[in-house]
Amino acid sequence: MNKNEYDKMAEELKPQGHTMKNCFNAFLYGGIIGAIAQGVLELFMNIYHCSEKEATPMMIITLVFVACLLTGLGIYDNIAKNAGAGTFIPITGFANSMSSSALDSKSEGLIFGIGSNMFKLGGTVITYGIVSSSLLGVIRYVITLFW
Amino acid sequence: MNYILAFLFSGFVCLLAQFIYEKTKLTPGHICTLFVVIGSFLDLFHIYDKLVTTFHAGALIPITSFGHSLMHGAMAACEKYGVFGIAMGIFDLTAAGISAAIVFSFIVAIVFKPRS
Repeated sequence: MNKNEYDKMAEELKPQGHTMKNCFNAFLYGGIIGAIAQGVLELFMNIYHCSEKEATPMMIITLVFVACLLTGLGIYDNIAKNAGAGTFIPITGFANSMSSSALDSKSEGLIFGIGSNMFKLGGTVITYGIVSSSLLGVIRYVITLFW
Repeated sequence: MNYILAFLFSGFVCLLAQFIYEKTKLTPGHICTLFVVIGSFLDLFHIYDKLVTTFHAGALIPITSFGHSLMHGAMAACEKYGVFGIAMGIFDLTAAGISAAIVFSFIVAIVFKPRS
């Protein structure tokens, strides 16, 4: 049996049929988080009488706070087991990745534990976000220069 | 109506991510990174702004909006200060989310006990 045949066989024996269910769960949980975010956004718009643009950071701070708290209480991981992408794609997943890696490395101390490991999982998002935005920003700048 | 739109769009992005997660060997970290890059790319020609005006919080809550805000802040400062503005303004809009995440994560790590 060569490698191709083995790969083919392994592919057939892999557990199937969960894709649809997982995708539906991700849709449901992601959608619920989106609807909650909309509620919080409108709440802040009414309280401070400000535009959607100004209320956005407040909404994000609130959701990040809730996600960190739920991570600390151990509830977020239980939700994430069912929700999959529904919990790691919203901004709450970013907060969860940071607070859980900070929490896990607590035993290594304040500086080399919490301080340096906080961005262990979430740092990649920031790094590539900054790099790609800078590159695209330069491209945009060049385009506007000649247009 | 806004709630339904927010639900649908946020759910759709998560569904897309879950589908990629199921069908490829990428980890959540890879997918988040991919979506951030997609978000900043969509802002290159202001496509993401249209999504935000249509779907409100539904477009603001997925991680793609992180790339969008980075790009948006960079471009706003770029118009004012030229090429230096890219580095000066890149965190303008995302500062709230990142600082909140750092501060709250720190507090959570101090207060709670790790469980596993």
